[in-house]
Order: sequence, then C-alpha cells, then structure tokens
Amino acid sequence: MSAPGATAKLLDRCAASPARRRRDRLARGSVLAATLLALVPLVLIVYYLLKKGLGAWSGDFFTTDPTGNTFFKNSDIGGVKSAILGTIEMVALASAIAVPVGVGVAVWLVEYGRNGAFANTVRFFIDVLTGVPSIVFGLFVYITLIVGTGTSYAGWKGSIALSLLMLPVVTRSAEVILTLVPGELRESALALGAPRWRVVGRIVLPTALPGMVTGILLAVARAAGETAPLLFTAAYTHETTTNLGSFMNSLPVQIYTDVTSPTPRIVERAWGAALALVTLILLLNLIARLVSRRSRLA
Amino acid sequence: MSSTRPEEHVTDLDRESTSETDPRHAEGAPVAPSPPIIAPEARAHAATATRAVGVRLDELRAFYGSAEQVRGIDLDFRANEVTAIIGPSGSGKSTVVRCINRMHEEIPGAHAEGRVLLDDVDVYGAGIDVVAVRRAIGMVFQKPNPFPTMSIFDNVASGLRLTARRGELHEKVERALRGAGLWDEVSGRLSEPGAGLSGGQQQRLCIARSLAVEPEVLLMDEPCSALDPIATLKIEELIEELKQRVTIVIVTHNMQQAARVADRTAFMLDGGLVEVGPTQEIFTKPTDPRTEEYVTGKFG
Repeated sequence: MSAPGATAKLLDRCAASPARRRRDRLARGSVLAATLLALVPLVLIVYYLLKKGLGAWSGDFFTTDPTGNTFFKNSDIGGVKSAILGTIEMVALASAIAVPVGVGVAVWLVEYGRNGAFANTVRFFIDVLTGVPSIVFGLFVYITLIVGTGTSYAGWKGSIALSLLMLPVVTRSAEVILTLVPGELRESALALGAPRWRVVGRIVLPTALPGMVTGILLAVARAAGETAPLLFTAAYTHETTTNLGSFMNSLPVQIYTDVTSPTPRIVERAWGAALALVTLILLLNLIARLVSRRSRLA
Repeated sequence: MSSTRPEEHVTDLDRESTSETDPRHAEGAPVAPSPPIIAPEARAHAATATRAVGVRLDELRAFYGSAEQVRGIDLDFRANEVTAIIGPSGSGKSTVVRCINRMHEEIPGAHAEGRVLLDDVDVYGAGIDVVAVRRAIGMVFQKPNPFPTMSIFDNVASGLRLTARRGELHEKVERALRGAGLWDEVSGRLSEPGAGLSGGQQQRLCIARSLAVEPEVLLMDEPCSALDPIATLKIEELIEELKQRVTIVIVTHNMQQAARVADRTAFMLDGGLVEVGPTQEIFTKPTDPRTEEYVTGKFG
C-alpha cells in the first residue's frame, strides 16, 4: 500500500483531464441548448397571446355575447361571454362525471384489482383510450347521442364527449399517485382493525389528494381547450345559456369560428378568447393548488 | 407444544369445536387463572391494567404463493408476558407475527394454514371477521409510520375513528398517549402534524395509535430497528409497562434487546421453531445446539 509510487499513481488517476472536461462541457451545453430551443415557441406563444389578446380585451369583451353581425366594418361584433360561461358549464359537468368515475376506477385498480387479469385488461383499454384522438370522442357522441337518438346538439352531449376524453387521463394519473402512497400506511390502518373502504377513504385518498389534484387539473385543462369533441355535439351559438339541453358556445369553438373569419376584428377576438382561455386555466390551477396545499396540512 | 402451560390450556382441546364458530365464546370462557401480579404503581396509574389474553399457535403454516415460509409452528404466547422471537433474516419471524393478526393474507398470493388461538378462539375459524381480529390484536411496524395527513391527536384517534368507535375521544387519546409515554412530550401540541415528531416519538405515537383501540395483544415487528439507542431504550421501558395491560409479541434482530425485554424467547430457523423457553435459559443454557450457536454469534 505504502509503496513510493502509489501516491503518485493515485494522484494521476484522480487528476482532472482536459478531454473529460471538454466532454462534460459539451454535454452540459447540448442539454442547455435543448432547453432554450424548447423555450422559444413557449415565449412566443405567451408574447403573441398577450400582445394580440390584450388588445381585444376591451370594455364589453367579457360582458356581451357575440352578435354574429359582421356585415359592416363598424358594426358591433360583441364579446365572448357565452363562450366563457359555456366552457365553464360544460367542463364542470364533464369533470363531475369523469373525476369520480376516474378516481373510482383508479382506486379499484390499485386497492382491489391489483395485478389480476381483469385489472390489466382495464389498464390496457385505458391506455388505448388515452391515445384516441379527441375528434373520435366527438364522433362517438355524435353517432350515439345525436344521430342515434334523432335529437339535436346540446351542451350536455358536449360534456359527455369531454368526460370521455378526461376519463383515461384522470384514471391513469390517479392510479400512479395511489401506487405512490406507501403500503405501510395501508397496513397500519388495516392493522388497527379498519375495514378496507375506510382505509381508502380516510388514509389513502387524503394522502394522495395533492398529487391527484394535479392529474385532475391536467385533464380539466385539456378538456377546456378541446374544440373537436364540441364542434358537432354542443355546436356553436351566440347566446349565453345555462340550459345544458340546448346548443352551447365554448371558448375553443368560438376561437375556431372567429379565426376563420375574413374580418380582422373578428380574428382579433379569437386572440382575446385564446388569452381568456389560458387565463381561465391558470386561475383554476392556482385555486386548486391553494386548496390542496391547505388540505395537506389539515 | 412443549411450552404449553397445562393449568391454563388443558381445556382448549375440549373447546375447539365450539370456539371456531362462536367468536364470543372466549368472553364467557372460564379460563382465567389467578390474575397476574401487577406492580402497584401501574395499577394506580392505569385503570386499564387488566388481564390480557394469550395467543397460541397450533401447527401454523404460512405460504407465499406455493413457497412455505413458516413450516408448522406450535408456540404459546402467554398472557401479560413479553415473548420475543429471534432468528436470522428469512427465518419467518415477521411472517409468524403477521399471521397472528391476519395481516399475512394482505400480501397477494399469501395464505396461512393451521390455527391461531386468541385465548381459545381460532382467528382463522369460520365466521370470524378479520377486521374484528385486528381490533383485538394490535400491531406496531418496523418503520414509524404516522399518517402523514393527520395531527398527533388525529393519529391516535384514527384507530377509534376508522373503526367507528367514538365517544370520549379526548379521554381515550390522552389515555393512549399516556400509555405510550408520550403525553408529557406532546400534550401542548396535539394539533401539530404527527410526521413532525422525532423518529422515536413517531414510533411511540404509533404505539399509542395501536393502544387507543384497546387491543388484547400487541405485535411488534422489529419496532426499534429504525431508532437510535436512546429512543430504543424508551420503547423498551415502555414495553415493560405495557405488559401490565397487553400480551406482547416482539420480533427482534437484536439479541440483547430480547434479553432485556422478553420474559420468554423463541428461536426460529428456516421457518421452523427450534426452541422456546424463559429468556434466561435460551441465552444461558439452550437445549438445542443450533440455538447455542446463534445466541453466541456463530451464525446469523
């Protein structure tokens, strides 16, 4: 060990080599470049949204419905009130359907189905559903609830299409979070003589809540931004309505309709609506985060 | 079954047939011999100082899938005594205690055979509710695991709430915390999160949580292996006090710990019981050469 050459050899082995330093710098540089590259479109989107969208946010943008009147250059085109309220109503109903069902499926998969054949089949189909394009859900609801029943477009049918879209996202994310809840917590609750459903309700779900909120929000945000499932289920209308049985406007459909218009002022309203949609989702995010942070400490 | 105390279990075999179908049978069973000697200070401090019930394993076998981990064990855990189970890793110690409160079967593919007699009710018998068994037989795990979303108070109350037995919640929580020797340390901050306590306090919190539902038996699966020596000492002192009220089974890797806390010690090897007897005898004059080799540190 204490041979005279040994220390020198060790020193040699541990010495910084210029080649290694170069490789390190190269690796670090390339991942930084990738990050910056990804930031470019993100920054541009936010920039254009703010620049063009804020311009459209004039006085009665949030308080009036679109008039549909684009005939004259100076005619009043109206705001996006019906679209904002329609999106909130339809997404709320869709969440009311998809969140309990999705969380329920996740609880069943993690706590009861585990790795059984049926549970794995369910997992497989959920994965398949996650990859289904959103327009297919719209088509499905169109065929079954509109053509199939011979009835017309309605807000609740849009909600159904959105909830189908949300379901796999909610289920998968909730499942991942539930599997992260330590098994020892379940065991010690079971060992206290608690029935399994109480263990799930009192221990597992509260522990998983903050994480599940994130997954649910992801699904809500995705649903709120979807156009395709709503186009031929809830369709497009000008009027604000709280009747989920009638045609219902929504922000994405409003944007879609506006942006294809030849009138520049209408296209500008599309930008305003886009900014409103992004802001809506951001607000929802903030509120949910605050709520879930509070409940963790309680 | 070399360890059976004849005066206490002589009637067990006669009663087997009825006890399997009637979980309440035990309450009326006239088994109680002379009550155990209770230290006067313990009697004064806890009105709950009572005679607990013993547990007897009868040809207990436990499986993971088709692999037999516990190969037919007969073992007697006497009422109001501390019995330690020692043995090398993989000898089936933990599996045995997990069979006693039927936690073993929570593992997918695992099952147990044979009988576990709580007093003289077979907890694996027909018509026995697994949930009720676990209320009678509490368990403390290796790693302290207070419920992270709950305060100190709620952690202790959780057992009562989870089993829907409320009423005098505060009183019961205080009694459990006193029982676990934690009351003086936490009485001023019951609403703080349980996860904010030190490791040793967390483990005593878990003990309090188990005590709150007033079990007859307390199983401890290496309760000190994640704790420092001072916290360990506190738990060991606590075990000494707790046996006034409950029957304790403690699995431990640490032979000194077994020697310090246990009235009787069982030595397990490869899923079988090698020897059981008074702790003093197991450590000083074991009858089986394998026990001797283990306790003198030749293997394990």
